[in-house]
Amino acid sequence: MYKYYGKRAPYLFLLPAAVVLILFFFIPFFQTIGLSFLDYSSNIYHAGFAGLKNYIDILHNPIFYKVMFNTLLYLVVAVPILAIFPLFLAILINQKIRGITLYKILIYLPVIVSIVVAAIAFKWLYAEQGILNYLLNVMHINSIGWLTDPKYAIYSVIIVTIWKGIGYYMMIYLAALMSVPKELYEACDIDGANFWIKHLTVTVPHIMPTIALVTTISSISAMKIFAEIYVMTKGGPLNSTKTIVYYIYEKAFENLDLGYASAMAVILLVIVMIFSLINIFCFERGKYNL
Amino acid sequence: MDKFSKYTKNFWIHLILIIVSVISIFPFLWLLSTSLKGAGENIFAYPPAIIPKDFTWANYVGVWHKVDLMRYFINSMIVAGGTVLLNLILSSLAGYPLARMEFKGKKIAFFSILATIMVPFQAIMLPVYLITLKLHLVDTVNDTMGFIGLIMPFAVSAFGIFLMRQAFLAIPREMEEAAIVDGCNVFQVFWKVLLPMVKPSLAVLAIFTFIGSWGEFLWPSIVLTKEAMYTLPVGVNNLQGMFSSNWRFIAAGSIISTIPIIIFFLAMQKYFISGENEGAVKG
Repeated sequence: MYKYYGKRAPYLFLLPAAVVLILFFFIPFFQTIGLSFLDYSSNIYHAGFAGLKNYIDILHNPIFYKVMFNTLLYLVVAVPILAIFPLFLAILINQKIRGITLYKILIYLPVIVSIVVAAIAFKWLYAEQGILNYLLNVMHINSIGWLTDPKYAIYSVIIVTIWKGIGYYMMIYLAALMSVPKELYEACDIDGANFWIKHLTVTVPHIMPTIALVTTISSISAMKIFAEIYVMTKGGPLNSTKTIVYYIYEKAFENLDLGYASAMAVILLVIVMIFSLINIFCFERGKYNL
Repeated sequence: MDKFSKYTKNFWIHLILIIVSVISIFPFLWLLSTSLKGAGENIFAYPPAIIPKDFTWANYVGVWHKVDLMRYFINSMIVAGGTVLLNLILSSLAGYPLARMEFKGKKIAFFSILATIMVPFQAIMLPVYLITLKLHLVDTVNDTMGFIGLIMPFAVSAFGIFLMRQAFLAIPREMEEAAIVDGCNVFQVFWKVLLPMVKPSLAVLAIFTFIGSWGEFLWPSIVLTKEAMYTLPVGVNNLQGMFSSNWRFIAAGSIISTIPIIIFFLAMQKYFISGENEGAVKG
């Protein structure tokens, strides 16, 4: 096919998107790195060159280790549940039984509703004299401070994240299940394999790439958690629910320590980029025709 | 499989799905229940009552009069509408040359856009804010600038560009050739021939951009200073501070704020639960 477009046409088409991406993405990206070497801690209007000072400060700050520990806890608790339970649900829902559409709508609802409303709804469930403590009392367990006890608060927040993610990952698995050849299941039925054997030997190996994809994307979103924390705990009690993004937000917009916040942002950047690279090059090649 | 074991198997499937469905909507139901309880009923009563004993709409009336929820709704519509419109235009404009043209720097453009996927907004939000301030795109200047500032950082995404690129790749080249023979120039080819053919992808992009923009909380809570500019998520979060322990009002306001997006979801449900657009919502 001959070139029906002029020399300039491709650039003209790309220009508007390029302007937005340069202004609101590429410049901020390099500025984040640049700011992380500046010292704003004494004067917000007059930054001095700080070298690695912000990074050294971070490494000497016990809150940093608390924040990293909380994020790790998020990964260890939320990611396996989000990788496995929605798969189990997708397998159940991927059958010809009545009411499937209704089940899908109800289970997907938390994905659609704003995280702020979800967090408020859970805050109400978690109230000191709330319904969850009532259920505990019914089971002869003492009430707990779901969001006020440093021992439990992070798990209470993690529950919200899991609850909001299940429907989303279930739909990803459902799409993947459509590609598993039906004959394999029929063969299993003839052999008399039970539910677990059937799915562990046929389904799981077949959709392993999707399981890996869900693992990486749920890890990336676990590292970006913010709204749940902001609405429910503000990082407390005693920093027990402070995550990386909340910490950056606090340092940047409340303490106005731009250098420190940027150094923390660079740390987030490096961690997320590693996960994203794995994701793009291992699981999403097809999406970008790489 | 005999009939009996099939029935027991289906029973267990239904039981599990019913339990999960109930867990999925229970937090909202409990909020709804609280919002409908009158002053005569203790909302902390043990055992808790799901069905309100002192049923009332008063909390809805009260919160509606005290908080300008309609304003928040309109603000959210402006921001989500603007974000969707810009995403559709910018993504399809950028997706077209990446799918169909050969030019110098194409590889660089391609990988630069791909790179943006790897960097979370949360990591660069501080400089984005500084730039937005420098460009005067904040509500302290005026409302219009405030809206532009809310929209611009999300006006285009790599996800959208790649989605549109894939859509253009799927169109047979004969379509363009025929149009060129008929005397169309490159812009007419794009506007009159190609764009109508990628409507399904545009619809997917519109719907998922809308959901993402509608629920966005971090960015508006950073840039907004005026209450009159609040979008729904920011406004709803603010209810907590306004009615510190009046959970009836907080609940009523939260429920009202949720109605539009639930209607949208039910109307567009096939896009969300058909399984064809899996992974389109940003996680």
